Amino acid sequence: MKIIIAGDGKLGATLTRQLSSSGYDITLIDAKKNVLENSMERYDVLAIQGNCVTMTVLEMAGVKDADLLIAATGADETNLLCCATAHVMNPKLHTIARIRNPEYYEQIYTLRDLYGLSLVVNPDRQAAIEIGHLLKYPGFLKREGFAKGRVEIVELRIDSKSKLCNIALNDMYRIVRCKVLVCTVLRCGKAIIPDGNFVLREGDRIFVTAPANHMTILLKYLGIITRKVKRVILCGGGKISYYLAQQLEKSGMTVQLIEQKQERCLDLAERLPNTSIIHGDASSQYLLDREGLASCDALVTLTGMDELNMFISMYGSSCGVPQVITKLDHIEPNDMVNNLSIGSVISPKDLCCNTIVRYVRAIHNQTGAAISIHTIADGKAEAVEFEVNESTNHCGQPLKELKIKKGVLIACISREGMIEIPNGESSFRAGDMVIIVSSGGEVLYQMNDIFAN
Amino acid sequence: MNYKMMGRFISQILLLEAVFMLPALSISLVCREGNAVYGFCVSIAVILAAFWVLRYLCRGSQKGFYARDGLVCVGLGWIVLSLMGCLPFYLSGEIPSFLDALFEIVSGFTTTGASILPEVESLSRGILYWRSFSHWLGGMGILVFLLAVVPAGERQSGFTMHILRAESPGPTVGKLVPRMRRTASILYLLYIALTILNVLFLLIGKMPLYDAVCTAFGTAGTGGFGIKNDSIGGYSPYIQNVCTVFMLLFGVNFSCYYLLVMKRIRNVFRDEELRLYFGIVLVSTGLIVWNIRGVYGTLGETLRHGAFQVASIITTTGFSTTDFDLWPSFSKAILLCLMVVGACAGSTGGGIKCSRVLLLFKSLYRNVRKALDPQKIQTVRINGNRVDESVVENTGMYLVAYVFIIVFSFLLLSLDGFSTTTNFSAVLACFNNIGPGLEAVGPAANFSGYSMLSKCVLIGDMLAGRLEIYPILILFSRSAWRHR
Repeated sequence: MKIIIAGDGKLGATLTRQLSSSGYDITLIDAKKNVLENSMERYDVLAIQGNCVTMTVLEMAGVKDADLLIAATGADETNLLCCATAHVMNPKLHTIARIRNPEYYEQIYTLRDLYGLSLVVNPDRQAAIEIGHLLKYPGFLKREGFAKGRVEIVELRIDSKSKLCNIALNDMYRIVRCKVLVCTVLRCGKAIIPDGNFVLREGDRIFVTAPANHMTILLKYLGIITRKVKRVILCGGGKISYYLAQQLEKSGMTVQLIEQKQERCLDLAERLPNTSIIHGDASSQYLLDREGLASCDALVTLTGMDELNMFISMYGSSCGVPQVITKLDHIEPNDMVNNLSIGSVISPKDLCCNTIVRYVRAIHNQTGAAISIHTIADGKAEAVEFEVNESTNHCGQPLKELKIKKGVLIACISREGMIEIPNGESSFRAGDMVIIVSSGGEVLYQMNDIFAN
Repeated sequence: MNYKMMGRFISQILLLEAVFMLPALSISLVCREGNAVYGFCVSIAVILAAFWVLRYLCRGSQKGFYARDGLVCVGLGWIVLSLMGCLPFYLSGEIPSFLDALFEIVSGFTTTGASILPEVESLSRGILYWRSFSHWLGGMGILVFLLAVVPAGERQSGFTMHILRAESPGPTVGKLVPRMRRTASILYLLYIALTILNVLFLLIGKMPLYDAVCTAFGTAGTGGFGIKNDSIGGYSPYIQNVCTVFMLLFGVNFSCYYLLVMKRIRNVFRDEELRLYFGIVLVSTGLIVWNIRGVYGTLGETLRHGAFQVASIITTTGFSTTDFDLWPSFSKAILLCLMVVGACAGSTGGGIKCSRVLLLFKSLYRNVRKALDPQKIQTVRINGNRVDESVVENTGMYLVAYVFIIVFSFLLLSLDGFSTTTNFSAVLACFNNIGPGLEAVGPAANFSGYSMLSKCVLIGDMLAGRLEIYPILILFSRSAWRHR
């Protein structure tokens, strides 16, 4: 499949990496030459320098026989215009535009029809929703919802005090008292799909599949103290903060938002009547202390600078804030970052990328495509949700009889609203929702891809 | 520097070379040429042994193969390829000296066509086939072939771009389609199709199949190894004309053919480099025909020889139908200039390349105008698009490196006591991958008179000329070999 990506920025580069390694033919368009040079060096893609709105450049990029255009430049207007122009040149083209401006996003349905967009992505809004989700269920580093929210994959860190430290997975039931499945363990930068004899060690990050209604039990038996988040401090008044504050206001939390620029403060104060907007520098300890950092329930750092976010988060952790969430734009979550006490890490571009990759796979494979795709374990593994249909092989056979590819695990089977954490005797049948975790770069386009021949 | 990955990469080249020796071996078997069969069998055994040893030594470690490693691989790969490729010549005993055999195969792979053999008709057919086939393989590049056939297992396979850039000639090399593997396949498919077409046209002229295939290989790679002592001179005028046309066609940028196939004909005809290339061919042919009038019987014959020689030299093929060393000096001077100009970028030819000449002239003109009006901002444009300043600068530097290498080689060659014209034309003929020079290395003579040292220098020149200097130069830079 041929994909054109206009704009080789943060999102563009992440998409290029993901899609190029999944075997799609990528053509990149950007105005800056050195950015393109860099991408050409790293990935097997074609790069075209120019303005992605002009027909000549789009023509050069081969828009006429492309299947998908992703407009991810810095400007919303450019993205819209690019998609509209490309759509005129090739009516069969699927187009995805990134729209960040909240004002445009309010009229998104009209815009979609007007510009013939197949999908609109908004990294900021997605990040805000994700953060909101985390704040509702504190205690986990990350949560991904599946099967209409009935199943979740949550991330936990094993530290020396944890009850799970030095415990084999077979013995886990004794401690957590509910049926859960550890589907991936991230140890020393490697994603491992563990078996029952696997022993958890200090420093591991584990990804646990569990029915959503068992989450509270899980937290309780793991000894993680949770309290309802009542007061949140947001640092930075960008777009994510706006979306997030809006959302948190509705759920009745007290939100304090610290922003440096006076004008932006006024603007936010006008649009967020129930949030207390504080004009000041979020990097100042004095200001944070004065706003009651030590006694707040959650701290979310959302300034434009990754370093500052990490720094404030570390200070927050040291003050004993129960839940800290850090937004990172540029810095890739890696082992170094994970060893810092900065709480959960949110990367808007990765969230956005997941959405797009899911869409790409859906048009690649019209029937039986994945219902949702989440990258977990710093992009080293993927959790994919499929619906089992008539064309799926091995329906009704117990799992222990199936030959499944290495590095692939069936993490959950959801049948008519009932959640089953599978064991060797379990089986799936048509109509079931199945969550599959794969590591090691195996791309699953459809359910049958999990079987070893 | 990732030695293990490099070793594996080179082992792949070796395997490919062994496979490519098989047709030559089977020709030797069919013709019952004992020495050649022995030569090929032992060579293949040696190559396979080297392949296994490299594979064994370089097992494990997958990660971290970057642009720099790719560049070093190209230079090193070509040297290893040549060292192994000359074995059949040497082992079969048909070229007794190892250095001569190496010279011959480097001349083959770099599509030079300079020979140390006084006469070639006594060579066995298998060996002659291998000699001509080396042109075909070297023309488009063996690494490009590797890119086309070997699936890029690494996730980050961007370094392949550097291999294409290093092996394909021209100041700016780009991919035709997003995937490197498909780009390389398209290039080779076009190349194979044109070669087959060439063979067919030669067969229509009643050329024997073996001759037609070998001549087509020589033409396609713009190499110039003939299988007759008088090169193409002994064949019919029709065959000579077919060769003229196909030499010119193989001197055209292959992306033009891709555009033709994609029906973007207008882009092709507006291409300034292509216009310059055919312009130079027409003007030089006209001037030479005017200059050598009276040497041959009819105007038709004059035109045929003139056009053939111009096509042969500008595409850096080096076939000949007549001994142009006997022509008046103005014609020889034109041919000498054509040697330097060379074919189009992205073709199989050598030389500076028309696109660089165009770029150099345009930037020179720009600088002259700039001297008159320093504050005026002026850009260099090719095909209406602004050329990046870094490309202009690189092209200028390329010319500097080019001149230095010529001067240096010329000095070293002069130790042997041949005439200045001979030495100078020998350097030009080897460095630009043409083949025959003037006087003692003219179309009717060969390079066997040079000393060991000079032959080594010329081997280096041929490799540097084929790979456009940098991949060979960086092998001499210490930082390329330093462990990171």
